[in-house]
Amino acid sequence: MIGLQHYLVVSAILFVMGVLGIFINRKNVIIILMAIELILLSVNINFVAFSAFLGDLVGQVFSMFVLTVAAGEAAIGLAILVIYFRGRGTIAVDDVNRMKG
Amino acid sequence: MIHVFAFYLFATLVVCSGALTILSRNPVHSVLWLILAFFNAAGLMVLLGAEFIAMLLVIVYVGAVAVLFLFVVMMLDIDFAELRAGFVDYLPFGMLIALVLLAEIVLGIGIWSAGPIELAQRAAPVNPEMSNIQAIGTLLYTRYIFLFEAAGIVLLVAMIGAIVLTHRARGGVRGQVIAKQNRRRPQDAVRNVNQPVGQGVEL
Repeated sequence: MIGLQHYLVVSAILFVMGVLGIFINRKNVIIILMAIELILLSVNINFVAFSAFLGDLVGQVFSMFVLTVAAGEAAIGLAILVIYFRGRGTIAVDDVNRMKG
Repeated sequence: MIHVFAFYLFATLVVCSGALTILSRNPVHSVLWLILAFFNAAGLMVLLGAEFIAMLLVIVYVGAVAVLFLFVVMMLDIDFAELRAGFVDYLPFGMLIALVLLAEIVLGIGIWSAGPIELAQRAAPVNPEMSNIQAIGTLLYTRYIFLFEAAGIVLLVAMIGAIVLTHRARGGVRGQVIAKQNRRRPQDAVRNVNQPVGQGVEL
């Protein structure tokens, strides 16, 4: 029978994959943003799994707020990416520190 | 039985497509794998009985966020091969960190399951008479109404922020001025000429 642990392990693997994605795609901001989306997805799976197995609806409500923040974060991140590309012609994040000023 | 089969199907697919999202060479493929991951995560949530969150995941993530990603990836003209430099250098260290993290999390889950933590009381117990979406709506529009409105404000700020960031005023663009058009009279623009035969028109 499928228990809470199964869902938690799936969510843990997904979370670690997001972290790994941030590590190995250090230069490509688009993939880093997608990896952040994966991390938030795994958090959502965690919330919903606990909500279902504990019989408490608050987890699902909270996962909706996580979804809201994820959508806003993606929009702002991509907007920053677009203006960064417009100014520099590349999206390599190695020299983002030149953005200050 | 079908439940177990569906769980393993969705779980395998979500993990595989998550791996392909971060490993694939072409970012467009990455976005498409991400969409597959979202669909399968929605399937997992349907299995858990959270239909509303599953539908929200499909609509918000696949319909809005992933399409936004796809749009930006295709709009920007980027040399992705150059961005992949150092991929192999970072891989061992990243794998090490990932394995340590995974081991720690799985260990944590094992410890958690060894001694169950009992909640004293449920914050919002599931009512078996209500459907999932009805129960969430009841909760969201009563007890969590201020949080709900705060979420709306977050979205509003994100929207305004994205517009302010990406909007640029171009110089030298001549826009339409309605008042100027309305002020213009026929005597300013039209001239009657009694044109003699055989001569050119003087402008």
